[in-house]
Amino acid sequence: MTEFIQQVFNGLSLGSIYALIALGYTMIYGILRFINFAHGDVFMIGAFSGYYLGIVFAFSTGGGFTSLAMAIAILLGAMLICSLLGFTIEKLVYKPLRKSPKLTILITAIGVSLFLEYGGQLVFGADPKSFPTLLENKPVVNLAGAVIGSNPLVVLITAGILMTVLRLIVMKTKIGTAMRAVSYNPTAASLMGININAVISFTFIIGSSLAGAAGILYGLNYPSIDPLMGILPGLKAFVAAVLGGIGNIPGAAIGGMIIGLLETFVTGYISPTYRDAIAFGILILILLFKPTGILGKKEIEKV
Amino acid sequence: MLALTAVIFLSFTGCNKGGGNEILIGEFASLTGPNATFGISSTNGLKLAVEEMNNNGGINGKQIKLITYDNQGKPSESQTVVQRLIKNDNVVAVIGEVASSNSKAGAPICQQNKIPMVTPASTNPEVTAIGDYIFRVCFIDPFQATVLTKFAINSLKVKRVAVLKDVKNAYSTGLADFFEKEFKAAGGEIIEVQSYSAGDKDFKAQLTAIKSKNPEAIFIPGYYTDVGLIAIQAREIGITVPLFGGDGWESEKLTEGKAKDALEGCYFSTHVSTENPDPAIQNFIKKYKEKYNAMPDAMSFLAYDAGLILFDAMKRAGSTEPEKVKNELAKTKDFMGVTGKISINEQRNAVKPAVILEIKGGQFKYKETVQP
Repeated sequence: MTEFIQQVFNGLSLGSIYALIALGYTMIYGILRFINFAHGDVFMIGAFSGYYLGIVFAFSTGGGFTSLAMAIAILLGAMLICSLLGFTIEKLVYKPLRKSPKLTILITAIGVSLFLEYGGQLVFGADPKSFPTLLENKPVVNLAGAVIGSNPLVVLITAGILMTVLRLIVMKTKIGTAMRAVSYNPTAASLMGININAVISFTFIIGSSLAGAAGILYGLNYPSIDPLMGILPGLKAFVAAVLGGIGNIPGAAIGGMIIGLLETFVTGYISPTYRDAIAFGILILILLFKPTGILGKKEIEKV
Repeated sequence: MLALTAVIFLSFTGCNKGGGNEILIGEFASLTGPNATFGISSTNGLKLAVEEMNNNGGINGKQIKLITYDNQGKPSESQTVVQRLIKNDNVVAVIGEVASSNSKAGAPICQQNKIPMVTPASTNPEVTAIGDYIFRVCFIDPFQATVLTKFAINSLKVKRVAVLKDVKNAYSTGLADFFEKEFKAAGGEIIEVQSYSAGDKDFKAQLTAIKSKNPEAIFIPGYYTDVGLIAIQAREIGITVPLFGGDGWESEKLTEGKAKDALEGCYFSTHVSTENPDPAIQNFIKKYKEKYNAMPDAMSFLAYDAGLILFDAMKRAGSTEPEKVKNELAKTKDFMGVTGKISINEQRNAVKPAVILEIKGGQFKYKETVQP
C-alpha cells in the first residue's frame, strides 16, 4: 500500500508537467489546427532560462537562493523568456506560412524544433547541466512510509494554479472569449471584428509561457538538463493532448495526468523498458478507437 | 654509418602508411554528449603522454601525431569516426574508448583492418574478445564484481542488495550480471533488480519498487550522469541506505549540485586513487594540473598508460607496422605505468588491483585496495 501511494504521487507529479506542456499543444491546435512540434523545445529553453537566471541571481546575492520569492521570480522570468520566444517563432516562421498547406507548417515546425535543439547544443553545450537548487526539498508528508517531498508537492500545486489561471483567462476574459471564437470559426470571428493576429499571438504567448513554467518545474524535480531534454517530454505531452482530445483544454490536463500515472505504474510494476512504449501505444489505440480523445467533440468535416 | 643506415631503413619501413616523419595515432572519445567528462579526461591524459614522448625524441626518431575525433558518446558515431581514422587518416594504431558500448562499436573495424586498438578504460570482457588486435590497460568487470562483492560483504556488511542497471549499456548490464553471480555465490541475496535507460530523468518508480523491498544497500552499475540524479531521487523518496557502483561513477561531475549531499557516504570501485602517495601518481597529477588546470580522474591516468604501452610496443617493435606492434603489445610485461604494473594476459587484458573510494563532502576519499 505504501508503495502504491508513493507511486501515485510520483505519477501525479510527472503527469502535471506533461499536462502543462500538453496545454500549449492543445491551445495552438485549437486556434491554428496544426501541431507545433517545436513546443517541447520551448520547454527546454524554459529550463535553461531557469538555469541561467539561477546563476545570475546566485551571483547577485552572493550564493544561496533558496528563498521562495527568488524561486517565483525565476519561474516568472522563464515564463517571460519563453513567451517572447513563442511570440517570435510565430511571427517569424509560422505567420508567413499561414495560407500555405498544413503540411508545410508542420514540416517547418519540425525544422524550428531541430533548430532549437542543435542551436541549444551549440550555445549551451551538449553535456547535461545540473539545475540549481531553487527550493530545498524537505519531506513533508510521511504516509505509512511513503515519503512525499516538498518539491514534487510544489510542482503539483504550481501546475494546478497555472491551469486554474488559464481556465479563468479562457472562460472569463474578453481575450479568452475571442480565443474560443477563433477556435470555433476563424472566418466568422474575424467578420465579427476580432483581431485574429492578436489572438494567435496571445495563444502562442500563453502556451509558451506554460511550457517555460513546465521547464522550471521539471528542473526542480529532475535537476539535470540538456538541450535535447525537450524531445521525449514534448512527444509524450503531444500524446497527452491527443488522449484528452486535441484542442480541448481540460482534456490536455487530464491526458497529461493519465500518461504520467500510467508511465509510473508501468515502470514500477511491469518493466521500465516499456515506459516509452506505453505513451505511444496509447497514441495508436486512441487514434484507432476514439480519435477525438476523451473529452474531444466529434467534428463534422464539410466536403 | 651503419647506425645511420639503420635509422634510414627504419624510417622507411615506418612510412608505409601516413606521413613521412610522423607516426599517426588515432583516438575516438566522447568529447561532447552526456558522458563528456570521460572523453575529455582521457584525451587530456593521452595528449600528455604524446607530448612527453615527443619531447623525449619521439619513437625511433619520429614524432607522434595524435588525431582525435569526437563520437558524441554514441556507438554509431564511434563506428563512423574509427572508419575515418583508419581509411582517411591512415593511422597506424587507435586508442579509445572509455565506454564499453563505444569500444565494442569501434573494435570490430580495427580488427577487420588489422590496426591495433588499445582501450584505456572499457571494462566489459567482450571488448577484447573481439579479436587479437584489441587490448586494454584496465581490469575487467568480472574482477570488478568480485571486488565489489568482497567490499559489500566484508566492509559494508550487507546481505540484502537491490540492483538498478542501465539496460542500454553493455558495461552496466555486464557488471550487474557478474555482480549478481558473485554476490549470490558469496552468500548474499539480490532482492530486486530494476532497470532504466541512459538519459532517463525520472527514476522514482523504480526506486519506489526497490524501497518497498527494504534493501540494505543498492548497487548501481551506471555512469555518473544518471547516478547523480538517481541518488537525488532516492533520497527524496526516503531511501537512506548506501548506494555503490563501479568505475562508471568516476567523474568530478558526479557530485555536482544536489547530488553532493545525496551521495554522501556512498562508494565506488575504480582504477586509481588520487590520494595515493605513490610518486608516479603524484607526479602525474602535478603535470596534469600544470597543463590543464584541473584534477585528473581515473580516465586520464588510464589513457596516459594506454599511450605509454602503445609507444613502448612500437619502440620494441622498431616499427609501426600494425602486425609487429600488435605482437609486441601482447608481450607487454611488468610495464611501469602510472596506474601500476601493467602485464597483458592471454585475453589481452591488464591484470591490476582495484581501489574503493568513498564519497565524503563531494570528494572521493581512498577506502581500500583490492589485489587481483
